[in-house]
Amino acid sequence: MSTPNQSGWKPGTPVEGHNAMSGPDTATGNRALMLEEPLLFEIGHVGTTGVDLPEPQGGTNRLGGFERSEEIGLPGLSEPETVRHYTRLSRQNYAIDLGLFPLGSCTMKHNPRLNEKIARMPGFADVHPLQPVDSVRGALEVINELAFWLIDLTGMHGVAMSPKAGAHGELCGILCIRAALEARGDAREVILVPESAHGTNPATAAFAGYKVEDIPATPEGRVDLEALKARLGPDVAGVMITNPNTCGLFERDMKAISDAVHAAGGFVYCDGANFNAIVGKVRPGDLGVDAMHINLHKTFSTPHGGGGPGSGPVVLSEALAPYGPLPFTARDADGVVHLVEEENAAEFEHTRAFGRMTAFHGQMGMFTRALAYILSHGADGLKQVAEDAVLNANYVLRSLEDVLDAPFGPSGPCMHEALFSDKGFAEGLSTLDLAKAMIDEGYHPMTMYFPLVVHGAMLVEPTETESKAALDQFIMALRSVAERAKAGDESLRTAPHYAPRRRLDETQAARKPVLAWNDPDMA
Amino acid sequence: MRYLPLTDTDRSAMLDVIGAPDIDALFADVPEHARLSGPIEGLPMHASEMAVEKHMRRLSKKNLAAADAAFFLGAGAYRHHVPASVDHIIQRGEFLTAYTPYQPEIAQGTLQMLFEFQTQVARLYGCAVANASMYDGSTACWEAVAMAGRVARGKKRKVVLSGALHPHYAEVVKTMAKFTEDEIAGAPPSLTAKPDDDGLIARIDDETSCVVVQYPDILGRLPDLAKIAAAAHDKGALLIAVNTEPVALGAVTSPGELGADIVVGEGQAIGVGLQFGGPYLGLFAVRDEKHVRMMPGRLCGETVDAGGKRGFVLTLSTREQHIRREKATSNICTNSGLCALAFSVHMTLLGEKGLRRLAMENHRLACLAADRLAKVPGVKVLNESFFNEFTVLLDGDARMIVRDLTKRDILAGVSLGRLFPGNEGLANGLLVAVTETTTEEDIETLASALEEVLA
Repeated sequence: MSTPNQSGWKPGTPVEGHNAMSGPDTATGNRALMLEEPLLFEIGHVGTTGVDLPEPQGGTNRLGGFERSEEIGLPGLSEPETVRHYTRLSRQNYAIDLGLFPLGSCTMKHNPRLNEKIARMPGFADVHPLQPVDSVRGALEVINELAFWLIDLTGMHGVAMSPKAGAHGELCGILCIRAALEARGDAREVILVPESAHGTNPATAAFAGYKVEDIPATPEGRVDLEALKARLGPDVAGVMITNPNTCGLFERDMKAISDAVHAAGGFVYCDGANFNAIVGKVRPGDLGVDAMHINLHKTFSTPHGGGGPGSGPVVLSEALAPYGPLPFTARDADGVVHLVEEENAAEFEHTRAFGRMTAFHGQMGMFTRALAYILSHGADGLKQVAEDAVLNANYVLRSLEDVLDAPFGPSGPCMHEALFSDKGFAEGLSTLDLAKAMIDEGYHPMTMYFPLVVHGAMLVEPTETESKAALDQFIMALRSVAERAKAGDESLRTAPHYAPRRRLDETQAARKPVLAWNDPDMA
Repeated sequence: MRYLPLTDTDRSAMLDVIGAPDIDALFADVPEHARLSGPIEGLPMHASEMAVEKHMRRLSKKNLAAADAAFFLGAGAYRHHVPASVDHIIQRGEFLTAYTPYQPEIAQGTLQMLFEFQTQVARLYGCAVANASMYDGSTACWEAVAMAGRVARGKKRKVVLSGALHPHYAEVVKTMAKFTEDEIAGAPPSLTAKPDDDGLIARIDDETSCVVVQYPDILGRLPDLAKIAAAAHDKGALLIAVNTEPVALGAVTSPGELGADIVVGEGQAIGVGLQFGGPYLGLFAVRDEKHVRMMPGRLCGETVDAGGKRGFVLTLSTREQHIRREKATSNICTNSGLCALAFSVHMTLLGEKGLRRLAMENHRLACLAADRLAKVPGVKVLNESFFNEFTVLLDGDARMIVRDLTKRDILAGVSLGRLFPGNEGLANGLLVAVTETTTEEDIETLASALEEVLA
């Protein structure tokens, strides 16, 4: 018998001098499985449809004289063409299903497919939000049960389920704080936010009418408690703190921060984007937090979907819970779950709600998935989630700190994400170049240039759903690219070389924005 | 635990590399008082796929699914047939499990789809530019009001809401305005056959930054947007048109063509499904390109790569929170990407021809239903004009009647009592929505049942 693979090559090992992309040009611009796809507007026609519907019968209508006469300009495709168009497009995307997705603060973990199946059960997917409540008790129970576990996991008093995403949840929390302050006739003007915070924090505070001021940080990447205490006063409505913070560190002084803010009459908002590091291990309620949003699309694995939908329930302390928005669910003494809206809020002693943040009741499709996730993991599984997420991040940190500068590495372990800087890169090579080279290695880059407090920051969050073998491969790739960056390998400047596109001209896109297709023949 | 790949052998090997004696050492920065000693209390231990599915199925069975009833609900969420290929495509892992396309070289699938989506929405709305989606129609409506304030540079603070705007949308606007000091002028809807366009126009003054009008309105009627736009522009105000049923725009002229400056709406009806209210899809477009830099949310634009090939990127991000922080046009970050994909795929399958046919089929069945219900003693059809949803006035409290009929597996519509609680004058109103999923048999079932309960 002959030996088929005499070189001993296997996937994941480099091949010297072998460049898969070299070769002759093709007539189509395609390269085997790398397929180009025209725009819908270049292949579709207004007279084509992929849905069988009856021909309109004409005659009278009751459209009040507003019936459309002009063409809209919406091209259609048959079903086979549609499936092919989107399947070909899909192959130009990187995704968790394809590989490790180490975006710091984004928690790109595996999305269990059971949850997709459950969300599509007709009793959840095919019910209308305004059906009589007696016909949707099961849906209300899902919301109530999820709410119960979110309160349990965070040690808080209540939860507002309706916010649509993290930033919407932040707004909900800050509006609760404002409503609570106004209720005691205490107009305050300032929200303190650390420089390392995600951009949504200051944007949210400003949207709610507050002036935003920085909280100073210590050299080791945490909130400077003494400086914070010195700034607190009767004008400070509250602080927004991310814990674990965006440097990947736990705010050791969180309880002392909360105590100081409370003593000064303010409230503590915690950005829960990084809850994955502590879920099942630490309850924010025990640290004096008054409000925290939970990104169900991060910690509780609902799919990111290329940028949404998200879901951002906000857990609230006893002091803020009375101000939470409508609607919400409540279980009565007989165990029946009710929908509490404007009309029956008084029956449930919830008369101080600050209002309504959205139509209907929130992201039901995310609630079913998140509840299935929590029940699947259970108390032991969720604790293991936090531990494995932190273990994986520390493994990456310690495996690479000899080749990449880890500014907070010496001060101790990180939480669920490892932070590196561009210190030591050869002149002229940047974090961006390294990130783009990681694309060629088959990875989505880590979060770049965030947090702003570290020069050329690279924030790596592997999550708990990566195996050791997957981490070892990633570490090998990142080590190789980091060494090339330090050695001044000029080819990094033009990376990626093997992706569906080379670097895109973002300056041109912004200078002369083309935001919709215009038929060249019509121009 | 099936979602966690590390073995105990892996864990101890990794701790060795890290140089930590045990996992607790990695949590050293968490003070002792904050650490739980064991698994969180109350929550059961991990469960198998079978066990979780069984629990969730039991809860799902407690709901009456629309497919199992004669179904007539609308009021901002509509039940349409979604072709099977839509759900197949949105479940492809490359779309489902991708992140926001911040690395365009490996996100052209999502980006090209968003560019196509923006174009579809802009054309449907009769606008120049649409963004890459918002959370839902109600939040898009508020963002439009906030944008009108930016266009007015804070010099005009009055926002005129049509009385026939979806009450949840009006509540969201009022809630947010409490914190931005905009003055909201609302009004209850009046049960008239035609919308009170003149009454609305009379409320616009020199202090008005924008007028918000729903089209078709909450009672299903079609306001004269062109007339309202002219009046608004006369006073230097913007017209914000709100559409909660995009299928209607296959039958009637788009708000942009009628002069609306900002057009927002709910896109759920195309591709997304009912899902008990979310996730849905906020649509946001501006008629004139000059307003683009005031828009909230993500925008996808065309450009070229270093090799000269066409490609797409997220652009004009200097409006957004991750660059501008407290000076951003909105705090929105995550949007409704996957719902935008569902909308776009469904719209591609329909095409113009399919959308128009779908719209006319909806309208035909709605006319049929209106005529049949008008014959029921104790039922009066209010609307002079409508698309696929109209208001009927019943001899009795509509909310109670809806509850009664639910027991017979008839979901008769959305009562105005549910939408406008406490407004006694509206208590006998019922919104009836009819789509291509409604059969003539369903219409007969509803009519006969009403005949019985109203007798």
